[in-house]
Amino acid sequence: MVLLAAQELTLAIGHRTLCRNLNVPFAAGENWAILGANGSGKTTLLHALAGLRRPEAGAVRLAGRDIAQYPHRARAQQIGVLFQDPESAFPATARETVLTGRHPHVGRWRFEDTEDVAAADAALAAVGLADFSHRHLDTLSGGERRRVEIAAVLAQDAPILLLDEPTNHLDLRHQVEILELLAARARASRRLGIFVLHDVNLAARFCTHGLLLDGDGGCIHGPLADILTRETLERLYRCPLHELRDRDRRFYFPA
Amino acid sequence: MDRRHKGLALALLVLAPASLVLALAVGSVTLSVNELWLALQGAPDSVATTLVRELRLPRALSAFAVGGLLALAGALLQVLLRNPLADPYILGISGGAACGALLSLLAGLSASWVSGNAFIGALAAMTLVFGLARAGEVQTQTRLLLTGVVVASGFGALISLILATAPAARLPGMVFWLLGDLSYAAAPALGWATLGAGLLVSLSIARALNLLARGERVAAALGENPARLRGIIYLTASLLTAVAVTLAGAIGFVGLIVPHALRLLAGSDHRLLLPLAVLLGGSFLTLADTLARSLAAPIQLPVGVLTALLGVPVFLYLLGRTK
Repeated sequence: MVLLAAQELTLAIGHRTLCRNLNVPFAAGENWAILGANGSGKTTLLHALAGLRRPEAGAVRLAGRDIAQYPHRARAQQIGVLFQDPESAFPATARETVLTGRHPHVGRWRFEDTEDVAAADAALAAVGLADFSHRHLDTLSGGERRRVEIAAVLAQDAPILLLDEPTNHLDLRHQVEILELLAARARASRRLGIFVLHDVNLAARFCTHGLLLDGDGGCIHGPLADILTRETLERLYRCPLHELRDRDRRFYFPA
Repeated sequence: MDRRHKGLALALLVLAPASLVLALAVGSVTLSVNELWLALQGAPDSVATTLVRELRLPRALSAFAVGGLLALAGALLQVLLRNPLADPYILGISGGAACGALLSLLAGLSASWVSGNAFIGALAAMTLVFGLARAGEVQTQTRLLLTGVVVASGFGALISLILATAPAARLPGMVFWLLGDLSYAAAPALGWATLGAGLLVSLSIARALNLLARGERVAAALGENPARLRGIIYLTASLLTAVAVTLAGAIGFVGLIVPHALRLLAGSDHRLLLPLAVLLGGSFLTLADTLARSLAAPIQLPVGVLTALLGVPVFLYLLGRTK
C-alpha cells in the first residue's frame, strides 16, 4: 500500500533544479534512504514530502490526496518530522519536549492525559533515556538532546516518519540502535520511514530503498540492492571509493 | 504540574488580592482593615469612602490590569521573536503611543485626548511595523525584530525632538508620561476587559506556543500554521501593549522581567506561564504603584522608576539562585 507519493514533483532553489518530474511511490513497510552530496536538495525534498514546502511543480500525495489539501493537524497525525538542527529558545525538560510530540492528538483546550504522558515516557525509554525525563535539555549532551528530539517524533506516533540525519551527534552504538529502532517500526507494523543519511553503509544496512539526488535535477531511485553500486556512489559524491565485501554485505569508504 | 508549580500558583493567587487590598489601604492616609471595609461598603459622608472608592480603587484596578497586560504581552513577544530580551515596547508600539501622547500634551489637550491619541499612535506603529515586516518571506522573526527596532528608534528621535522643542512648563507632564504614570488611569474597565480577552486568546494558543519555542518548523510539522500563529501573537501582544500604554504611559521593566522570573521559577509551559504572568505582573505593578504614591507622599514618584528599582535586585537574585 502506497502511503506517500511524489507525483511529477519538481523542486528548485533559485535557478537550480534539485529534482525534476519525480515520480516515486513510498509504500508501507519500506525504509527509504535519501542520499546525495552536500547541497543536493535532500532536506528540501524531505520538507516537500512532509508538506512543509510548496513544490515548484507537481504534488506530494498523502494516502492518494494532495498533501496541500490536508488540514495541518490531520497531516501531523500522519507524518512525523525530525529536523536536522533543533532550535529551542527556552529551557524545557526532556519530558516537556517529548510531550510536544503529542500535540496533534490533544484537543485545543485539553491537557495531555496519563496516556499521553505514558506515550512520552515510553518514547524516552525507547531511545534509552528513561531516567532523563525531568532533566533540562541544556544539561544534556548533544547526542542525548538528539535522542530527546527523536523521542518526541516517536511520541507523535505517526505512520510516516521523515527523519533528517537522525544519527547526527550519535555515537556508534546509538547510531545503530536508533536506526534499528526506527527501521523496525516500519518493517514490523507496516509503516514508512524516510531517512536523509550521509553514511552510505548505515543506509545499506537499515534501508530497503534509496533515492539518490545528483544535485542537477537528476535522481535515481529504487530498491537499494539494485541501485547501490560503487560506480553510482562515486558519481553521486564525485569522489573515488573503495568497496569492501564481508560475506553478502558491501561497505564503501573514500579511497 | 508538579508540587512546586502548584505552590507558586497558589502563592500568586494569594498575592494578587493581597496587593489590591494593600493598595486600597496604604497611601497618604493609611486605613485600618475595618475602615477599609466600611469605605468599600460606601459608608456615607466619610472621607475614606471618597478616597477609596473614587481614587484608590480605580487606580489600583488600573495598576493591576496594566501590569497584567504588560507581563502577558512580554511573554508572548518573547516567544514570537524567540528573543529573551524582547519586551512589549521593543517593536515600537510605545514609541508610537508616546508620540501621540506627547503631541497632545504639547497642544495642551485634555487627559482623555492624550489617551486617545496615544492609542492611535500605538495602532499606527503596530500597523507600520507589521506591514513593513510582512513584505518579506524569509527569516521572519529577525525581520520583524529589526523592523520593529528601527521603527522604535525613529519614534525615539521624534520623542527627543518633541521634548527638545517643548516649552519648559509642559516638560514634567511629558517626562511623567514617558516614565509611566498611573494617576490619570481612570478607566480600569477597559484594561480588565482587554486583559480578559487577551488571556483567553493567549490560552487558546498556549500549547502551540510551547511548540513555537521549539522552532517554527517544529510547530508546522506538529500541525500548527506558523504564519497564522505569528499573526495572532503579534496582534494580541500589540493590542495588549497599546491599551497598557494608553492607560498608564510607557511603564518599563514589568513586561521584560515578570515573564523571565516566571520562566526561571515555573518552567516554560505557557499554559501555566501566561496566567501566572498576569497574576505576578498585576500584583507587582499594584505594589510598585502603592509605593510610588506613598513613599514620598504627598509627592508622587513615577511608577516606572519604582518597577525598575524593585525589579532589578529581585531578578538578579533569581538569576543567581538558579544555576
